[in-house]
Amino acid sequence: METKEVLQDLSEATGVSGYEKELGQQVAQLFESYVDQIEFDKLGNLLAYKAGEGQQEYKVLLAAHLDEIGLMVTEVEEGGFLRFTTVGGVDQRTLVGQEVTVHGREELQGIIGAKPPHLQDEEEQKKSFEIEKMYIDLGLTEADVKDKIRVGDIISLQRNLLSLENDRVAGKALDDRAGVLLLLETVKELDKMTHQVDLYAVATVQEEVGVRGATTSTYGVVPDIGIAVDVCHGLMPGVNKDEAVELGAGPALSFGPHIHPQLVKKLKEVADEIELDYQFDASPSPRGTDAYAIQVTRSGIPTAVLSIPLRYMHTSVETISLNDIKRGARLLAQLLRELEGEFVEGLRCF
Amino acid sequence: MFLKQLSEAVGVSGREAEVRDLIREEIKDDVDRIETDALGNLIAFKEGKPEQPTVLLAAHMDEIGLMITDITDDGLLKFKPIGGIDKRILVSKEVVVGPDQIPGVIGAKAIHLQESDERKKPLDYGELYIDIGTKEKEESEKLVELGMMATFATEFEQLGTATVKGKAFDDRVGCAALIELLQQEHQLSIIAAFTVQEEIGLRGASVVAYDLDPDLALVVEGTSASDVPDTKEAGYSTQLGAGPALTIQDSSLIPSQPVVNKLIEVADQNDIPYQFRKLTRAGTDAGALHLTKEGIRTAVISMPCRYIHSPASLLNLNDYQATVELLTKFCQDMEEGGLADEGVN
Repeated sequence: METKEVLQDLSEATGVSGYEKELGQQVAQLFESYVDQIEFDKLGNLLAYKAGEGQQEYKVLLAAHLDEIGLMVTEVEEGGFLRFTTVGGVDQRTLVGQEVTVHGREELQGIIGAKPPHLQDEEEQKKSFEIEKMYIDLGLTEADVKDKIRVGDIISLQRNLLSLENDRVAGKALDDRAGVLLLLETVKELDKMTHQVDLYAVATVQEEVGVRGATTSTYGVVPDIGIAVDVCHGLMPGVNKDEAVELGAGPALSFGPHIHPQLVKKLKEVADEIELDYQFDASPSPRGTDAYAIQVTRSGIPTAVLSIPLRYMHTSVETISLNDIKRGARLLAQLLRELEGEFVEGLRCF
Repeated sequence: MFLKQLSEAVGVSGREAEVRDLIREEIKDDVDRIETDALGNLIAFKEGKPEQPTVLLAAHMDEIGLMITDITDDGLLKFKPIGGIDKRILVSKEVVVGPDQIPGVIGAKAIHLQESDERKKPLDYGELYIDIGTKEKEESEKLVELGMMATFATEFEQLGTATVKGKAFDDRVGCAALIELLQQEHQLSIIAAFTVQEEIGLRGASVVAYDLDPDLALVVEGTSASDVPDTKEAGYSTQLGAGPALTIQDSSLIPSQPVVNKLIEVADQNDIPYQFRKLTRAGTDAGALHLTKEGIRTAVISMPCRYIHSPASLLNLNDYQATVELLTKFCQDMEEGGLADEGVN
């Protein structure tokens, strides 16, 4: 399958935080032929293990999260309309007019509606619609809806992956399915090389609700190095240059207090060595990616973050450049190929 | 169902070519002649018997949309609304731009980079743009010209047994109903006017009937249904599943009483459900049609649609069938001397 087709499958699949099981199985199939072992842990994290050839067992963990933001049914109202709340950080302004899939006893298509504009006074029209006042219309009778849907059912945004100009694509959940794809591409690259260290490519769950999958999977793996592979903000009008990086100019290496200085230096050296375009992304807070959990697991893990630039994060039209994924995978594969005991041990010496 | 093709076709006001061509092709074997006028209205004539009256049926081809007004240095497309669009529905949507239907998205700054106050304010046109994936102005200019139109990319789909979802139901549902009438056999004469530029102020309808001489006119529309939560019944405007809505008064028209009464009579006689449109605001092509020359007896029949003027609206297929049925029975009644007292026939 072409990279874009794999991304299409991943983006259009559903995996709202806490409900990643089916998606995990789908991703496992993609990794299967390139790794030595696949396991799921108790939270549902997918761990794909690829053994290295080194005498000593140094382990590198790469983490990209499976889950996506979504919605959840809170009430089935008179007329069969659904009220809902959010799972993860959803901007309420992006919801009205959005098509959704409600995962009840059956999968049902619906539209998010709100009070019609002609019934709103001028003051109301100046404000954004509030999520408490929105509802989902399934076009079905109340009895039909009550038969198929119950409170707590998960709702995902509906969007097919869209090819734009150049190598850019737009879709939902590219945060962080693009990262999952980067992991897959890394494993494929690595399959053609020899490497000393053991690799654990982990597709984590529940990142969007507080990096919970990374917390347990890192504990289980006990890695010597952890790298979170996620998305970062792409430059666009209204966003400052120190908060975002350019789409299509290569993957971004985070710098900030929680990033291990030797590790990011090594990544930079490897990128320079293979003449790969990359950028830097300022990360003053440790929050925002699985690295938040990885860094402080057990007695501490040297951690880095590699990101794919992405515009319109947490909308249903997240936009990336495919080339940034491919370049990120080349960088990580080359890093894994070069890592050896002395460097890994050195990370603990300050 | 032909409504699928009509709904998925692109025809923002002033750029109705795709819809016009689609309709022309569909009806060409069912009518005696097809004309277009200087504005782009498509007029189809289906001749009846000479002693029979002539009914003008009208539905508009155009839909609301966005016009490209500028291209930024980054290659992003700035736009202004064409027709009545609530700007709050634009964010996080997929659109197609221009006749080649170049795909694009309308994004927004990530929630992570917003102040909490920002989320309470709608994004304005100054902050909105279409991203087609280009990297700079020159690249966009090769694909997009200023003045090109964009509209939502929405698939027509059936939800459940009686409901369909799609864009531009206002007024492709009317176009679909007119086409069905043209495909039937009649004794009276039907002129079907598929009009342009309704959404920017009834431009097509203002001229379409000037050279025609119908005995009466029926405008067939898709109208707003507000039978949704947090709305009192009095504010419903119309209700899905309750049959076609008859207009009693809106901002553009007080319909011909004999025609409205006849529609009610025909509906009652044939057990066709109907309702009245409770909203007196907004207008339709009827506003322009009924003032043509010395005036035309005009009424409006609308199909209730939830979420019109947004990326995806809902229509109840029973309402659609009942509308076609009402139009059919009305024509039959006319053939039998229906409005003879009014000087028709």
